[in-house]
Amino acid sequence: MALAEVEHGGMAACPACVVAPMAAAQAQVAARGRLMLSLPAAHCAACISTVEGALAAVPGVASSRVNLTMKRVSVDADAEVTAEALVAVLAGVGYEAHELDAGLLSATETDKQGRELLMRLGVAFFSMMNVMLLSVAVWSGAEGATRDMFHWISAAIAVPTVIFCGQPFFRSAWAGVKVGRLGMDFPISLALVLASSISLFETIKSGHHAYFDAAVMLCFFLLLGRYLDHRTRAVARSAAEELAALEVPRAMVLVDGAEVVRVISEVAVGDLVRVRPGGRMPVDGVVEAGASEVDRSLLTGESLPVFVGPGTVVAAGEVNLTGPLEVRVTAAGRDSSLHRMADLVAVAESAKTKYTTLAERAARFYSPMVHILSFGAFGYWMWATGGDLRFAINISAAVLIITCPCALGLAVPAVVTAASGKLFRKGLLIKHGTALERLSQVDTVVFDKTGTLTMGAPELVDVGAHPAWALQVAAGLAAGSSHPLARALALAVQAEGVAAAEVSDLREVPGYGVEGQWQGQPVRLGRADWCGAAPLDVTATYLRAGDQTQAFAFADSLRPGAEAAIAALTAQGMRIKLISGDVPGAVAALAARLGIVDWVAGALPAEKVALVRALTAEGCHVLMVGDGLNDTAALAAAHVSISPATALDAARTASDIVLLGQDMAPIGDATRIARQATRRMVENFGISAAYNVIAVPLALMGAATPLAAALAMSLSSITVSLNAMRLK
Amino acid sequence: MEILSILIPVSLLLGGVGLLAFIWAMKTKQFDDPSGDANRILMKDWDDKPKQ
Repeated sequence: MALAEVEHGGMAACPACVVAPMAAAQAQVAARGRLMLSLPAAHCAACISTVEGALAAVPGVASSRVNLTMKRVSVDADAEVTAEALVAVLAGVGYEAHELDAGLLSATETDKQGRELLMRLGVAFFSMMNVMLLSVAVWSGAEGATRDMFHWISAAIAVPTVIFCGQPFFRSAWAGVKVGRLGMDFPISLALVLASSISLFETIKSGHHAYFDAAVMLCFFLLLGRYLDHRTRAVARSAAEELAALEVPRAMVLVDGAEVVRVISEVAVGDLVRVRPGGRMPVDGVVEAGASEVDRSLLTGESLPVFVGPGTVVAAGEVNLTGPLEVRVTAAGRDSSLHRMADLVAVAESAKTKYTTLAERAARFYSPMVHILSFGAFGYWMWATGGDLRFAINISAAVLIITCPCALGLAVPAVVTAASGKLFRKGLLIKHGTALERLSQVDTVVFDKTGTLTMGAPELVDVGAHPAWALQVAAGLAAGSSHPLARALALAVQAEGVAAAEVSDLREVPGYGVEGQWQGQPVRLGRADWCGAAPLDVTATYLRAGDQTQAFAFADSLRPGAEAAIAALTAQGMRIKLISGDVPGAVAALAARLGIVDWVAGALPAEKVALVRALTAEGCHVLMVGDGLNDTAALAAAHVSISPATALDAARTASDIVLLGQDMAPIGDATRIARQATRRMVENFGISAAYNVIAVPLALMGAATPLAAALAMSLSSITVSLNAMRLK
Repeated sequence: MEILSILIPVSLLLGGVGLLAFIWAMKTKQFDDPSGDANRILMKDWDDKPKQ
């Protein structure tokens, strides 16, 4: 409920931004000439001065400021200064930098919601301290006029504080009442209002007890919980936005033969788009001119590059490997297959929000109980005292204050903050509020292969098994190409200490391979049919020299930490499954390498979803780890999902947790920490329940003084926070 | 007990000064980059002409 309110508040601030968020943001950026770069490696004072110094030396840069918390630098510069130039300058001084889409980030820049909460928290803290000091005098036995004066001063501080600081609770309680739902915020609001008004009434009548201190303390602790919750979400959101902002989507459109760079949203159906080797297809389309090979692994899971030529249909998200292609656009932007997939994900997402969190379950049980207790006490004392309204209201206010979920409000946010902070330092970004709880229930882990367990980068196998001449010639030919297989081959041969042979007349034939002359005979390195070799069933490239052929087989290199992660998960008693869209040969080899018994090859995206659904139907809680478009639906269907930062945008959107680094080992820690965090939450509920069990009977009997209320509240809040920090 | 009429306003005033300082710090975005500010204090560059 807090989240809904937060998003709502943010939107209301700028109605135009809701209608056209991108347009508004872009207009802003253009006017200011502001560039935003991400600096993942910045970490110290020296980094700040080096980066700011280097940028200040660039002509046209007015000023730059590093934000070390966000690991970003924002640059105010003239319009002609480009982000690429600045990235190059920073690379020159040894810092990796990426351009960020400032438009996507503007929301976090003006994080009004957080600042507002912090302000209310500060005010509540000030009031709490002052009212508490005044209350100490009353508790230690101030009488008559002195007590009244202290009560009046407390009232003057506490009433405005409750009105100002309680607004987030009042608002969300009212929103809940309107849709006929009583959340945790309703008893909170009721307690705040009732405690303040009964205390004010008592003060006017110069009564003995006033609960001003309890009202402001309640405000403070609950706002603290709210603020922690907001901070956790804000950090996750800004990091997630940063990932999205990293891919500034542009396409090179051919207008009358000239290349014009355009934003994807401005590309129309029928345009001709040029895609350079190494670039990702920005649109769906049909190849008009050029020949090349494309890597479809992110879309289908196949690790083998596919040949494309004029007439071949290509889809957004595929990577062009060898030759430049001219593509006639058939669908762009929202209509492209990438986006249609993302829409499917949105449907699956809505199912996921139906998960009831521990806190919601607790609130559902707890909310009615508080009201019944309070009204029961009111009714009983009305009857017992023969209609003493003032006394009865006093008791029911005391019950409300004592049972008020101060500790409950802190119990979950404190644990979630501690756990996500811990995981963030390990390189895991928790995107979804309930992901930690869902992760703790996982008993089955389903992995994708290409790009998830492997890096999607090929590695030559059995270097020693090839004759020396073949290695030399292949390395000589491979030097003439930037195809991933050629580069992997050249690297492997170099690592082996074999010198590349002198190959003359090197020529790359896009889509086929490289050819040249070696010792007077023509040599070729490339596709099997082009070299006249018998194709293998694994990823391979072929060498032809004269009438001899040689096949070089490749395996995908393993992601670092994959073995450790699988070992850790197995040790935790998880069932592990591997599902891939790749050919059986490649999948079997990898499964054997990692010790996974249960694997499926050649799975279509729909089969992956079906498998995850079948496992769920069996009663398993599935954790899906995947990166490609073909995993997207399965990621959304799983109980909880993780994707690496290198995954496609759609896959990252669909998953609950993003793995920021290359290393996969943190997944093993994540499940452990999630289980521990959930245990702490349950313990925290137990602790606050224990305080209630002691204090509520006192309150019901009318023996709860304001001092007892203050003690119970602060002690339970502190114990709960300390317990949350025990997380290891 | 007359001393209270001085002490209470004084304590409220001091608390109020703290609150105002906090609000001022927040409005001038001093909580936007806590780790950056902690590190900037250690920087060795001497700025001869600080921005006005």
